[in-house]
Amino acid sequence: MTDATLSTTGAAAPLLAADGTPLKEKLARTTRRMKMRALLLTLPLVLFLILSFVLPIGQMLYRSFNNPTGSNVMPNFAQAIKNWDANQGIPSDDLVEIFVKDMASAKKNREVGKTIGNLATRVNYEIPGSRSLFTKTARRAGKITEGPYFEALVKIDKRWDNPNVWRTLQRVTNDFTLSFYLAATDRKYDSSGAIIMADELYQIYLPILWKTIWLSALITFLCFIIAYPVSYLLSTLPLATSNLLMILVLLPFWTSLLVRTSAWIAMLQKSGIINNVLVYLDIIADESRIQMIYNITGTVVAMVHILLPFLILPLYSVMKTIPPSFMRAARSMGASNTYAFTRVYFPQTIPGIAAGTLLVFILAIGYYITPALVGGSDGLLISNLIADHIKKTLNWSLGAALGTILLVVVLLFYWIYNKLVGVDNLKFG
Amino acid sequence: MSLAEEQSVDHGAEAFVRFDKVQKSYDGEILVVKDLNLDIPEGEFLTMLGPSGSGKTTSLLMLAGFEPATHGEIYLGGQSINNVPPNKRGIGMVFQNYALFPHMTVAENLAFPLLVRKMNKADIEAKVQRALEMVELPQMGGRRPAQLSGGQQQRVAVARALVFDPKLILMDEPLGALDKQLREQMQYEIKHIHENLGVTVVYVTHDQAEALTMSDRIAVFEDGIIQQLSTPDDLYERPQNSFVAQFIGENNKLHGKVSKIAKGVASVDLDGGGTVTAAAVNVSAVGERTTLSLRPERVEIEPAKGQTENAITGEILELIYLGDHIRTRMNVAGNTEFIVKVPNSAGNKPLAEGAKVNVGWQSMDCRALDALG
Repeated sequence: MTDATLSTTGAAAPLLAADGTPLKEKLARTTRRMKMRALLLTLPLVLFLILSFVLPIGQMLYRSFNNPTGSNVMPNFAQAIKNWDANQGIPSDDLVEIFVKDMASAKKNREVGKTIGNLATRVNYEIPGSRSLFTKTARRAGKITEGPYFEALVKIDKRWDNPNVWRTLQRVTNDFTLSFYLAATDRKYDSSGAIIMADELYQIYLPILWKTIWLSALITFLCFIIAYPVSYLLSTLPLATSNLLMILVLLPFWTSLLVRTSAWIAMLQKSGIINNVLVYLDIIADESRIQMIYNITGTVVAMVHILLPFLILPLYSVMKTIPPSFMRAARSMGASNTYAFTRVYFPQTIPGIAAGTLLVFILAIGYYITPALVGGSDGLLISNLIADHIKKTLNWSLGAALGTILLVVVLLFYWIYNKLVGVDNLKFG
Repeated sequence: MSLAEEQSVDHGAEAFVRFDKVQKSYDGEILVVKDLNLDIPEGEFLTMLGPSGSGKTTSLLMLAGFEPATHGEIYLGGQSINNVPPNKRGIGMVFQNYALFPHMTVAENLAFPLLVRKMNKADIEAKVQRALEMVELPQMGGRRPAQLSGGQQQRVAVARALVFDPKLILMDEPLGALDKQLREQMQYEIKHIHENLGVTVVYVTHDQAEALTMSDRIAVFEDGIIQQLSTPDDLYERPQNSFVAQFIGENNKLHGKVSKIAKGVASVDLDGGGTVTAAAVNVSAVGERTTLSLRPERVEIEPAKGQTENAITGEILELIYLGDHIRTRMNVAGNTEFIVKVPNSAGNKPLAEGAKVNVGWQSMDCRALDALG
């Protein structure tokens, strides 16, 4: 269609402004200044977004599959082993010589990120318990001055005779690696280099990821059950009453997250208010107080409370736009209250439901502080593990891989939502 | 039609819709509807006309069942419907904002009342199509309400209220959102639909021109009370009180005191000087204060001597040329908003602002009403 219009206008003389310049050019010239100014105004925001959002996330994504520890510690060996065929089992003595020399020089290196210790940690992720192999070998590597180098290594530690060690070394000295994604999904390389599931005992990330997803779904559902009638009341009550109710909704929203979470601790703990009341009313015995916090229940209760406004507000703003005459019209045409609600009212609130539930689900799936405070060990979510890897174990690549997987999951849900509801149907208010 | 199992009431037999001493209060302090007694025969087009806050919409909502009457009974087809929920009343309703369901197509909107009644699919399709043809939108079934113009939405709303063949249709300012031209066109269309189908229509509006155009009878509401219930011409030509005279059509007011009443004709001493005669409508005693009501088109400028029963001198303040007539604003007996419509006919003397001229009218065209207002 555009082609057709272009050719027809192209055949005729282009439209000219009063001073003889083509109209399009004239228009572009007059609007250019405005566009430039508009662009300039957004520049600080664009820079801020790049610095605070695009760059860190990009770096995180990159770190999840790029870990240069191996090549930093042993630059020559990393280069040499690149083309080695892992099926040979044991590398040639030339290669081992380079390895030993790199070991010896790395031993003297004190630069952060380039020490033997760094390499040992990195290999230890792949072969648990291999740390001592490296520290021990590095201490003696300087004394090996002539070949055969391989026999010398085996003399230091028998484990060098294992082809899996060399195969792993080849992988580790390659900057680009999938091993963190494998670890994040409870998989690993077996001794032949094939990808297998980790031993059941070591499978932690996938179960926690599933738990995070279903807990988030549960929290979203509970929020929806509570938020729908509240929003309905908010949108239909007389102004004075609904304003009061709105303040009751917003007041906790404005209170610090930490305060609200701590308040739940005071409420739910074994010697907390709810248990005390139950004991006082003789509903439960003093010795059988209910454990309601530091487990999944605590996480769910606190998170539902904290995320509730994120569902109420979009729902309210959508319900506010539905005039009462719709229900009246349906009633006047013979529909019962239930029928009118399910066929007329409810369908019109779907954009609000979609927006609210999507918002709550995405917030819940990445929630950190509340599960950390009230979740105990049961109620931990995937973000708590990510934080652990970033802050405690310092395995940033694994943390980054987990974070990336979480991001992909969120985008996936967003995509499904878009398919089901249509993103342009979402109404946040 | 399912109605309450209440006993049929004799005096409700004549009227199809009957309000019997109906009162309504929302807050327990103010009566929005004070004492509504109204009989509507079957097939009538009755308009409830009045300014906002006069109780007309509340009366309509009580009839539809969305607001309970605080006191009194409402009868439909001779039976009390006070305890019948709106969905069991079988009354079609057209709303001010049309209330077309935005998530349904036009056809689905029309099918809604039929689906509720569990009609079979073929019948529904036929009825929907017939309804669309009735409002001259046969091709629009697949559209969404948002894709229609205001006038088309209005027609769909009317069709939806009619599609399930209700005997009574309520319309709550249905043309309020349309522009003037479309509004006038729709007035005729609704009037014709009413004539063709013979349904009873209760129509609420604050637009007196609309009420005059469409109605068989008009109930003028003010302050929760029906001020007058008559046919359009009666209402315009024989208003019973000052409010009705002022609310319907253009009206000249002259204030004065009754000096004599004889054979239905009152002599009134005007506050601005002079004595005139008028039909005694709402005055009963000599000495009573009164407001005279006089339609602008019944006033003559410079009448020949003896041609009109009343004559009084006034000053021309403003002339507005309107093509077919000249709207003349005058100062007559102290009323500076006295309007005369001078027809633009051949041989009329040209008028000048500031000129003093005689104005005259027949006694029966001038009505002596209550002093209020």
